[in-house]
Amino acid sequence: MFAFIISRLLQAIPVLLVVGFIAYAMFAFVGDPVTIMLGQDTTEAQRAALVHQLGLDQPFLVQYAHFMWAALHGQFGISYRLARPVSDLIFERLPATVELSLTAAVLALLVGVPMGVYTAIRRDGLLARAFMIFSLVGVSLPTFLIGILLILVFAVLLGWLPSFGRGEVVRFSHWSTGFLTISGWRSLVLPAITLGLFQMTLIMRLVRAEMLEVLRSDYIKFARARGLPERAINFGHALKNTLVPVITIVGLQIGGLLAFSIVTETVFQWPGIGLLLVQSIGVADIPVMSAYLLLVALLFVGINLIVDLLYYAVDPRLRVDRRALTGTR
Amino acid sequence: MNRMIARVWDSDFCFSFRRSPVALVSALLLLLVVAGAVFSPWLAPHDPSDLASLSVMDSFRPPAFIGGADSGWAWPLGTDDQGRDLLSAIMYGTRISLAVGALAIAFALAVGIATGLVAGYVGGVVDSLLMRIADIQLTFPAILIALLVDGVVRAALPRDVHDRAQVYVLVFAIGIARWPQFARTVRGSTLVERGREYVMAARVIGLPSWRIMLSHILPNVLGPVLVIATLNLGLAILDEATLSFLGVGLPPTQPSLGTLIRIGNDFLFSGEWWITVFPGATLAVLVLSINLLGDWLRDALNPRLR
Repeated sequence: MFAFIISRLLQAIPVLLVVGFIAYAMFAFVGDPVTIMLGQDTTEAQRAALVHQLGLDQPFLVQYAHFMWAALHGQFGISYRLARPVSDLIFERLPATVELSLTAAVLALLVGVPMGVYTAIRRDGLLARAFMIFSLVGVSLPTFLIGILLILVFAVLLGWLPSFGRGEVVRFSHWSTGFLTISGWRSLVLPAITLGLFQMTLIMRLVRAEMLEVLRSDYIKFARARGLPERAINFGHALKNTLVPVITIVGLQIGGLLAFSIVTETVFQWPGIGLLLVQSIGVADIPVMSAYLLLVALLFVGINLIVDLLYYAVDPRLRVDRRALTGTR
Repeated sequence: MNRMIARVWDSDFCFSFRRSPVALVSALLLLLVVAGAVFSPWLAPHDPSDLASLSVMDSFRPPAFIGGADSGWAWPLGTDDQGRDLLSAIMYGTRISLAVGALAIAFALAVGIATGLVAGYVGGVVDSLLMRIADIQLTFPAILIALLVDGVVRAALPRDVHDRAQVYVLVFAIGIARWPQFARTVRGSTLVERGREYVMAARVIGLPSWRIMLSHILPNVLGPVLVIATLNLGLAILDEATLSFLGVGLPPTQPSLGTLIRIGNDFLFSGEWWITVFPGATLAVLVLSINLLGDWLRDALNPRLR
């Protein structure tokens, strides 16, 4: 177990170094920070001084090492657009994204798993078919369109829910939460549904497929022969055995949630890091982009590690080849 | 000639197509949308890029079937904020969306097949290096990669060059984001084919490696990768629409479906719902029918799944 963790960690390091290199290359070669930071009329001496101060006269690899060292300490430079430290901008907006993604993930699980079980048990039922069609729509409609349609129906036509922002937030020292106010919850409903819908349909289809597989197996037949009630068979025996791949996919999909929160946050003007990224890309704000890239790489490596460990803990048979299961979109 | 048509008609492939109502309906819908898009210069009632025909007086006309003083059958689905006929804009926009999606997948296919063939055939360090890169990239969602690539290219190019080359920037960004899947599939089948007798025979007669890869192995590994390409076409169209919606795709002067939805989104609250809803519905129908056809194709070509 210990050796496994160590080897996983060692495998993560080159990934982070490569992503860091790309992030740095973006930083170094795209746009000219000196021109951006200096005014129109500066002397050549001032320019040279700034170049020296920023360390731009040093060899590329030395600069890269400096960059990674600073990144390790949470320093990513100054945003070109907002003229504030990038780390401050990101940590200000991180709570909004984390709360949105978590809510969406919980929602997807709480609705997706029961729907999957139901469609597997009542395979040919009318409601099950309706669920399947619904899931097809959920997979095919782009996230932003779902968001717009939800806004059109629930915010514009019915006027039940707010269509943008986080509502009132309660501040703790470094964290702001919308979980403690009514307007915070009301603002969360539409974005969370928008973000969670794709994962929900994915989980539902996965649970359904796994359940159908398991329900055909011998031990289920044996449980039937023993005269166990349907309920015990479906939930006690079948569902339990379907959950292993579901845990994996859900874990890996948290990364997908973060990526698609970019779209959801733009539709609902949700003040998270995704919206920050989109605004930064629009004006080529490289420091924010490279910081986001590094942060996301770190998150994904961390999530993969946790999923690997979960897998290791839950089912030793499946230690080796897990990558084939990864859903991609 | 007739016999050939009859043979195709009676083949397993066409039989399963005729027997599947889902495949039939989605093929019909897809044909409708694609035909409307491809022939838009002849079919569309107006030319949305012809600035002289636009008039602010025509802006925000509701769809004709709703009726009312402003609407009229000259603008069947209404007009947008600049007085562009929405139906024409959708037809031209679908054309752009389809072109970007198809070009991006073609690009991803080219990169993926080349890497997959080399990695599978050469093996060794080259193989592990290329597949490691693909693995790292597969960890990230495609849309995120496309967004970042687009952002970097946007920052690297001067503004006027970028505005002109936007379509190609998008094709590059979306294609780069989707190559690893193709590379892995091709590599997998190449590994299998490499050990077959015909490859050994080709080696024995002294053909160069690139000849063996291109004219012997490639035709035998192409099948599965083309099925994945169909499924990915829908996703690539969605990628383009998403990027355009986020404002880093095609500009309003050259609107794709995503750009039209983005424009319409600004007018959602003032009641002009049609500017968003019709392009959105077109996009949904397009992607849904491509996905359904792709699913059917996968099942039809792989009898084990039945």
